[in-house]
Amino acid sequence: MTTYQPNAFNVEQALADWRAHLTRHAALTAADIDELESHLLDQMDALRAQGLRADEAFLIASRRVGNLNEVTREYAEVYSGRLWRQFNLAEQDTHWLGRQMVTAFVLAICAALAIKLPSWLGMSFDAVNADWFYATHLSLFCLPFLACYFIWQRQLGAKGLFLVAGVSGALLLWLQGVVLNASDASKQLVIIHLPLVLWFLVGLTYTGDWWRSFAKRMDFIRYSGEYFIYFVLIALGGGVLSALTLGLFYFIGVEIETIVQQWVIPCGAMGAVVIAGWLVEAKQAAVENMAPVLARIFTPLLALMLTLLVVTMIVTGQGFAIERDVLIALDLLLVIVLALVMYSVSARDSSKAVSLMDYLTLYLIAVALIVDMLALSAISMRIGDLGFTANRTAALGENLVLLVSLAGYAWHYFKFVRARSGFHAVEQWQTRYIPIYVLWAVVVVIAFPLAW
Amino acid sequence: MNLSKDLIAASSTPLVLGIIAEGETYGYEIVKRVEELSGGVMNWTDGMLYPLLHRLEQQGLLVSRWGAAKDTGRKRKYYSVTQLGQQTLSEQRQQWQVINAALNRIWHDMAQGANDDYLPA
Repeated sequence: MTTYQPNAFNVEQALADWRAHLTRHAALTAADIDELESHLLDQMDALRAQGLRADEAFLIASRRVGNLNEVTREYAEVYSGRLWRQFNLAEQDTHWLGRQMVTAFVLAICAALAIKLPSWLGMSFDAVNADWFYATHLSLFCLPFLACYFIWQRQLGAKGLFLVAGVSGALLLWLQGVVLNASDASKQLVIIHLPLVLWFLVGLTYTGDWWRSFAKRMDFIRYSGEYFIYFVLIALGGGVLSALTLGLFYFIGVEIETIVQQWVIPCGAMGAVVIAGWLVEAKQAAVENMAPVLARIFTPLLALMLTLLVVTMIVTGQGFAIERDVLIALDLLLVIVLALVMYSVSARDSSKAVSLMDYLTLYLIAVALIVDMLALSAISMRIGDLGFTANRTAALGENLVLLVSLAGYAWHYFKFVRARSGFHAVEQWQTRYIPIYVLWAVVVVIAFPLAW
Repeated sequence: MNLSKDLIAASSTPLVLGIIAEGETYGYEIVKRVEELSGGVMNWTDGMLYPLLHRLEQQGLLVSRWGAAKDTGRKRKYYSVTQLGQQTLSEQRQQWQVINAALNRIWHDMAQGANDDYLPA
């Protein structure tokens, strides 16, 4: 009997191959594969009990589990965060990395040249009004090129190019024709809000499907968080390198300060915007573990700081007479809180049970809501006493947008920790609300320079 | 009989929730139970059940735990319904009952109409 084997079929080997096929898809964790395998084995046991041979049982059971590619696609739909990992890994395997790099560098050089273009047309860095000109236009020199990178990478074609070129062109004319003639306050507000509008333009191209799918929107939030870290790291490195170079040449006795100021820093910064975008897209697996850790460290710290702030404001009775500068700092703080919450939500594995971190996040949101309401009462009082100005109206609008957003987070998070809804509801709220921020930024960029 | 994809997609959530509400269970058992309930007509692609289970878990309708099977000792993932899942199930149940009743009436009326035509003159 032992010499004659009609079926040299090795069940162990077949199962290992089957597992290996699933392992290649990052949308499934080892636990998910265990679960599927357990199903397969149960099915095989049942079939063998009916008298089938091992190979027949494996064949039928694996057939019943279904086409593995279709099954993994379903998993990817459920776990968008894992898809984002898989997506990039899959691409690194091919030769596209090389072509991606070349495209990114070409676009980075375009961005670097774009910021020098005005000086060749007569608006040099030290011309009159150069400060306002460059400050308002800064994001327009670089972010459209990052959007172009995604148009190429996601194959969005002429529609994408028209959109980016159209929006950038229209904004350029708007800045030139209206914003530069508006009040200084309006110009400052445009400087803050225009990058947000353009970043959303990058988001439209990044998703590759015009912001349609929920999973891609969550990916873009993750991408934004990682991008921020990468850009800060590159900027720090660039700063140290520039300082070292300046120092060395100074010791040698060669004067290169003008070259560095006129060329290296502006061109390097613009190029870095595009390069950082490409790096995060291509290599983010390396940083992926860092951003969630940072979020975990700063969530309790920010919560503690905001608590102390609220307590101090209430105890000293300063809460309702906040000065202008304090108000600006408060708004900045609230934006940071929001960014942190957004990132924590997008980095969280939505299938995990409620943890201490969730309570901390909910607490942070709640305190931020109180701070926001204090800021709103202060800003309303200032408007009541002194009337509407560009800055006060902007602060009022921003605080209202934040209030609704934070209230939504608090409500959905509360339902989640009380097990009245899944984490999905929080994520839905997050992605659905993003257009509101952008809409407000557009209002500031378009309506404010006209009014003030 | 081949059931349409849309019909299966729409009915799978209440069906799975209902089966798990009968008592903690695992994927393979659920597939068997669906077959049994439908008299063997509903043949799911087994693998597609699991993403659905995970989605329901994400929505807070199910919780899962790993355990060992009594007979084989193999690792198995058991699912049970949360309170939110119970609520959702009873909501879905009401909705389906409305549809069910409406369909039953139209089938009944159609059968009546057909009978009227065949009345002897």
